[in-house]
Amino acid sequence: MGRMITIKALKYNPNSKVSKAHFAKYELEETDGMTLFVALTKIREEMDHDLSFDFVCRAGICGSCGMMVNGVPKLACRTLTKDYPDGVIQLMPMPAFKLIKDLSVNTGEWMEGMSKRVESWIHTNEEPDYSKLEKPIEPDVADAVFEIDRCVECGICVAACGTKLMRPDFVGAVGLNRVARFEADPHDNRTDEDFYELVGDDNGVFGCMSLLACEDNCPKHLPLQSKIAYMRRKLVALR
Amino acid sequence: MSNLIEGFLGKSVEGKKSRMPARLDYWQSATGLFLALFMWGHMFFVSSILVSKDFMYSVTKMFEGVSFIKGGNPFLVSIAVAIVLTIIIIHAALAMRKFPANYRQYQAFRTHMKMIDHEDTTLWFIQAFTGFAMFFLASAHLFIMLTKPETIGPFGSADRMISGWMWPVYLLLLLAVEFHGSIGLYRLCVKWGWFEGDNAKETRVKLKKVKWAITIFFLVLGLATLAAYMKIGLEHRDQAGVRYQPTAQVQMIKNDMKVRA
Repeated sequence: MGRMITIKALKYNPNSKVSKAHFAKYELEETDGMTLFVALTKIREEMDHDLSFDFVCRAGICGSCGMMVNGVPKLACRTLTKDYPDGVIQLMPMPAFKLIKDLSVNTGEWMEGMSKRVESWIHTNEEPDYSKLEKPIEPDVADAVFEIDRCVECGICVAACGTKLMRPDFVGAVGLNRVARFEADPHDNRTDEDFYELVGDDNGVFGCMSLLACEDNCPKHLPLQSKIAYMRRKLVALR
Repeated sequence: MSNLIEGFLGKSVEGKKSRMPARLDYWQSATGLFLALFMWGHMFFVSSILVSKDFMYSVTKMFEGVSFIKGGNPFLVSIAVAIVLTIIIIHAALAMRKFPANYRQYQAFRTHMKMIDHEDTTLWFIQAFTGFAMFFLASAHLFIMLTKPETIGPFGSADRMISGWMWPVYLLLLLAVEFHGSIGLYRLCVKWGWFEGDNAKETRVKLKKVKWAITIFFLVLGLATLAAYMKIGLEHRDQAGVRYQPTAQVQMIKNDMKVRA
């Protein structure tokens, strides 16, 4: 028999007039290799059918299950309950995103807005011909682009960012990383002047206070610190 | 007219963003770097009292330009203070942009900081808090230095601590400066990617260690220096205001080695 663990989850429905925010407490037996996904699914199946939380892939790929685990944003599917020695785990929804209910937040809407804001697509003067292969680029350049293109838009960098929580219009590490991704891509014809128009202000790269909780919590270990510093140097050098 | 339109719309007539946020970010860092490095030098100069009163006296005289003005002129110190004060005001004005601007921002940051328990996030708050404290602490110190530079010296500075009751201000100012400066230098490195090398994560761990070493070194040196001035101030309490006279002065006589008949 495994040890008993306690999961305290914030329950609140912002769309209900009668819902009052509170922590619901669930006690359950820990199983081998139990992740928060497993624990929450068990809670929903056996104890509380009303508990809302988001999951899709269960393997740290889709980026859907970000939540605050004892105050730290994590992907619940990759968080093992055994990593919490006292067996008490407090779960809250990620801040900065629109709360849907309980642990479920709307990261998709925010990410869509961010993508539009930084014009997260290849800008080229050439007419794309989809019947032909893309113009080849140097393998190390391609690797550099793919490296920062691994972002799964989980929102953890946004939820970890003290700057973002103070200033809701801040573009966040995910947005700045996205700009760095297209800056590095030779398929994109945009100049530094063009990128300045997207993130060259106090809601963009110059608003970042380098708290680096984005870098320290990114489940994909993206080089956010380096990429934000790189964009800052590039854009500050413009005359 | 274009300023009016740009101020109103938040973008130029051509629809472009202002370069000003970039410049403000640059100058916030540049003034901060200058001030942090200046405070290193400053600490070494004031800690000369730990060597001897005569040594501190000669350092003071050096800044009064004794090497090119006979007896030195404290007004030179006032000029230096005015320059540093100007840079502090510029830095404070630029850094203030980052402060929480209302209760909700403060509340959101504090809640997040306690929840996430992340060192660099907490260090930022310490930096903002000490920066705010220095609006007042540094101003008190600099106003005296600006208006009474002639009182700087082994007895004058010590009397200021005890008889002038400035030691609590200096103790708080020391803590504020050393935390603010060392955190600021660390943040400059990670903000601009200095010394990053091939492995930014590894470099950051090293930078953090260096940052703490610098904090501790300057705090210990500063506390020892403060204690030394306070000790002299206590001993000199009965003669507060009396200036220090160097114990020995070596006069160099130029000799052209010619034998006169």
